Amino acid sequence: MQTVAKLIDTSLCIGCKACEVACQQWNDQEYTLGTFQNTYQTMPDLAPNFWNLIKFRETEIGGAQSWLMTKYQCMHCADAGCIKACPSPGAIVQLGNGIVDFNRDNCIGCGYCITGCPFDVPRLSPKTKKVYKCSLCSDRVAVGLEPACIKTCPTNCLTFGSRTDLQFLAAKRAEELRADGFAGAGVYDGPGVGGTNVLYVLKHAGRPEEYGLPKDPTIPWTVSLWKGPLKWLGNTVFIGGILTALFHFVKFGPKEEHHRG
Amino acid sequence: MTNGWTDVSNADVILVMGGNPAENHPVGFRFVMEARRKRKAKLVVVDPRFNRTAAVADSYTPMRAGTDIAFLGGLIHYAIENKLYHDEYVKLHTNAPFLVKEGFDFAEGYFSGWDGAAKKYDRASWQYETDAQGFAKVDPALEHPRSVFQLMKKHYARYTPDAVANICGCTAEEFRKAAAVICSTGRADRAGTILYALGWTQHSHAVQLIHTAAMLQLMLGNIGMPGGGINAQRGHANIQGSTDMGSWNNLPGYLKIPRANMATLDDYLKANTPKPLRPNSLNYWGNTPKFMVSLLKAYYGKHAAKENGFAYGNIPKPGETENYGWGQFFDKMHKGGIEGFISFGMNPVANGPNTPKMLDALSKLKWMIVVENFETETAAFWNAKKLGGKFYPTFVDPAQIQTEAFLLPAACFAEKDGAFVNSSRWLQWKRAALPPPGDAKPDQEIMSRLFLAVRDLYAKEGGKAPAPLLEMNWDYTNPRNPSLEEVAREVNGREIAGGRQLNGFGELKDDGSTLCGNWIYSGSWTEAGNMMARRGQDDPTGLGIYPNWSWSWPANRRILYNRAAANAQGQGWDPLRTPLRWDGERWRGDVPDYKADAKPADYGAFIMLPEGVAKLFAADLVEGPFPEHYEPVESPVPNPLHTNVSSNPMATVFHGPLDKLGDAKSYPYVAITYRLTEHFHYWTKHVASGSELQSNFFVELPEELASAKGIEGGDIVRVTSARGSVEGPALVTKRIRPLKVAGQTVYQIGIPIHWGFIGRVRGPLVNNLTPSAYDPNSGTPEYKGFLVNLEKA
Repeated sequence: MQTVAKLIDTSLCIGCKACEVACQQWNDQEYTLGTFQNTYQTMPDLAPNFWNLIKFRETEIGGAQSWLMTKYQCMHCADAGCIKACPSPGAIVQLGNGIVDFNRDNCIGCGYCITGCPFDVPRLSPKTKKVYKCSLCSDRVAVGLEPACIKTCPTNCLTFGSRTDLQFLAAKRAEELRADGFAGAGVYDGPGVGGTNVLYVLKHAGRPEEYGLPKDPTIPWTVSLWKGPLKWLGNTVFIGGILTALFHFVKFGPKEEHHRG
Repeated sequence: MTNGWTDVSNADVILVMGGNPAENHPVGFRFVMEARRKRKAKLVVVDPRFNRTAAVADSYTPMRAGTDIAFLGGLIHYAIENKLYHDEYVKLHTNAPFLVKEGFDFAEGYFSGWDGAAKKYDRASWQYETDAQGFAKVDPALEHPRSVFQLMKKHYARYTPDAVANICGCTAEEFRKAAAVICSTGRADRAGTILYALGWTQHSHAVQLIHTAAMLQLMLGNIGMPGGGINAQRGHANIQGSTDMGSWNNLPGYLKIPRANMATLDDYLKANTPKPLRPNSLNYWGNTPKFMVSLLKAYYGKHAAKENGFAYGNIPKPGETENYGWGQFFDKMHKGGIEGFISFGMNPVANGPNTPKMLDALSKLKWMIVVENFETETAAFWNAKKLGGKFYPTFVDPAQIQTEAFLLPAACFAEKDGAFVNSSRWLQWKRAALPPPGDAKPDQEIMSRLFLAVRDLYAKEGGKAPAPLLEMNWDYTNPRNPSLEEVAREVNGREIAGGRQLNGFGELKDDGSTLCGNWIYSGSWTEAGNMMARRGQDDPTGLGIYPNWSWSWPANRRILYNRAAANAQGQGWDPLRTPLRWDGERWRGDVPDYKADAKPADYGAFIMLPEGVAKLFAADLVEGPFPEHYEPVESPVPNPLHTNVSSNPMATVFHGPLDKLGDAKSYPYVAITYRLTEHFHYWTKHVASGSELQSNFFVELPEELASAKGIEGGDIVRVTSARGSVEGPALVTKRIRPLKVAGQTVYQIGIPIHWGFIGRVRGPLVNNLTPSAYDPNSGTPEYKGFLVNLEKA
């Protein structure tokens, strides 16, 4: 199966937020009101019911005034920190096409995936005690449709396709931008996590932090340990936890809520 | 648009000024991006704010709101001075060679013919010098001192880069940089387009502003060219259609409305059928009688006969100089001169200037009907004091308002079929997506039932002028709710005997044998069916013309004035970008904007104008034949070009107790209002997704002003004008730069519209602030560049 990917050419993004609405609509998310933060960005951050955020950043790069608008969502890493961190088998899976998807029936709401994510993407819902993030519209992709954000993008800033094709396209766009006077243009694709299936073209590729992207995304060493050499320990702790809970149940009966008020 | 959205991808340079397409036309903006990707086109933004379009542009030049004519006049000067204009095009396709009468002059802010007492111009000296046959005299070499070219050169000689900088507030260097890119399209093998919107139309000198842009494009040889033209981005899905179908001063198809001094059809046709001004002028408006008689036959059917002037008498006729533009109409209402008002899909309390006056005007009515999807500020105007809180302290209590208000629920766009006419002039047929909820009805049903009920009353009880209603042709299959297909077929026009649908306006007759609801739409529903519903994607020219996608007025022509893209021999200026060329027998390419079988030399390229060529010099507008920089009605500085004649002497301004104007002493800052991509006008504050994306009203102000006033981002500020005030959080930004104007620092602040006192998300109406000042030609209010004060609340 081909690895799929999304290309975000930030040089073509106009911050129209159509991708935000498309994401909300396709995933039947509940709308909340935005807050005022001295910027055109009204949703402060990703949220359990908000998986696609355009970050607005006013800055100066090389003396030139810049207003950077960058779409932010799950990067669908090849070496996914969330999967590494997840103690509940099957809760987070990497599909054959590279999409990192959540199976919420198996999610135990421990939030370890949040620690494991170098891009700070998953969000725990206090209501459902489950974790949420962009699925790259795995349901749409499964039936041959492109993700909702890509379908709606009016400027062709977003492209969907095979990772190989998009890597080629991204490199070509970066080259065009360099020829157009943006010497620092390049591709951002998360080398620290084995590559991401979301690729960015940046006019200033040496300064991803200006766009709100981490400069050197890596999985925290604690998480790597947990699923690497110390996996046996993790499993022991995990099973130990279940056993402890079982003991607790046997000894004291079901957990009751004491603070109803 | 002279061209169209898809054509923008053919441009080499895209000047965005008076618009913000990335913000307000994001879908059309894809063609800007396509031009940049495919052609390496340069995107140049000139605007008071570093806006969303500027964020992805190649260059941004700041400017002071209301000084666009100075900037564009500066570009004309720059093109002439540096010989960057398209000389051959200018000589062939414009009135540059025409001689103007002796006595024409411009001095100290006034053109010749100014009558200071009457405050208007006698335009006699603005006419061409003519020969014995009434044709204009010309100097093909453009050397005669009274040739339009020489007069224009002289007029704009004052608009040097330094003068532009002094007025607009950018630096002369910034101006030169932008000018070099824009004027690089004066060559035959380069094309530049201009995209504009309400940033140009909302001034007290707006029509002249757009005339300046058209002049620049003509000088650069960009009109008629693929990737060229002057392109108005329309703000609503069907506002182009609304304009095409007429307003108080136009009948459908831009036929002028009859005036009281045109008592008979002959009077009307005599006054409105132009005569050619050059021997080779096709003068297509010479066909006005065919358009008008066919329209009267559509209106009055069998009651329209040759003997009664085709029932011309039934059309209401305002007085010779009477004006029912927005300003005049609501002023009349405010003075108690209007009894009833139907507000159909319009929310004047929110979108008209000077909200306090608007509220007062509606309170003087006897009755008001609002037809809408939601309860709007207009529908609930009577409750403004309660809902609008502190902003309307002097507005009366509901108990004192006698206006009887009705709210009729209307189907929204997705619940109706019919056609949208987009900015590209395409009539695109659409289908209803779902039925209207509850008691909501489609517009045509509401209109028809009102009409039939009123006509019944006239039939039973009589009245002052029953004929216009009783004789109205209403022979639809279902008169209470005519199908839009049936209406569209009538708009296209047909032969009355036999009922054959017409192929186009070329088949219209002035003898009463054809009817046609709008001559420019003729061809949209022929015997072959609904041309608007076509979705063909073939593009034989390779220029993005798509002749079989929907249908474009006029005559399915996609690029207006396309004959001007070719030279005297009928060959394209740019062989790689030729929408139309003469192959020795006929014209190939787009639908010719020319007589289809006429040789290149037979006629001038601008067939709608009596001159046969485009007008650099135009006596049609009320304030002068050449555009001149006038300050907004409220301005921080006197006009640096002529301090005694600062703003447009012909601007429409009112002087009632609610029409106050402020001065720079009390209101030192320049304000502009505008829209955000997240919202559509005052509608989407009723919608969950739009409310999420921009929930809060805010005020954008420069960092320097904020720091001088001790204001930080998020602090609540109060903005006050001579009319009223608004309050909201400050958005402190580097994106609005302080400007140096006439030796002083001018701060501009920006205030987005979209909020009001009803909706999921609420905020103050920005029009609490705006002045009752209007363009005298179009009647559009001055929302860009008025004076305010700002303080921490």
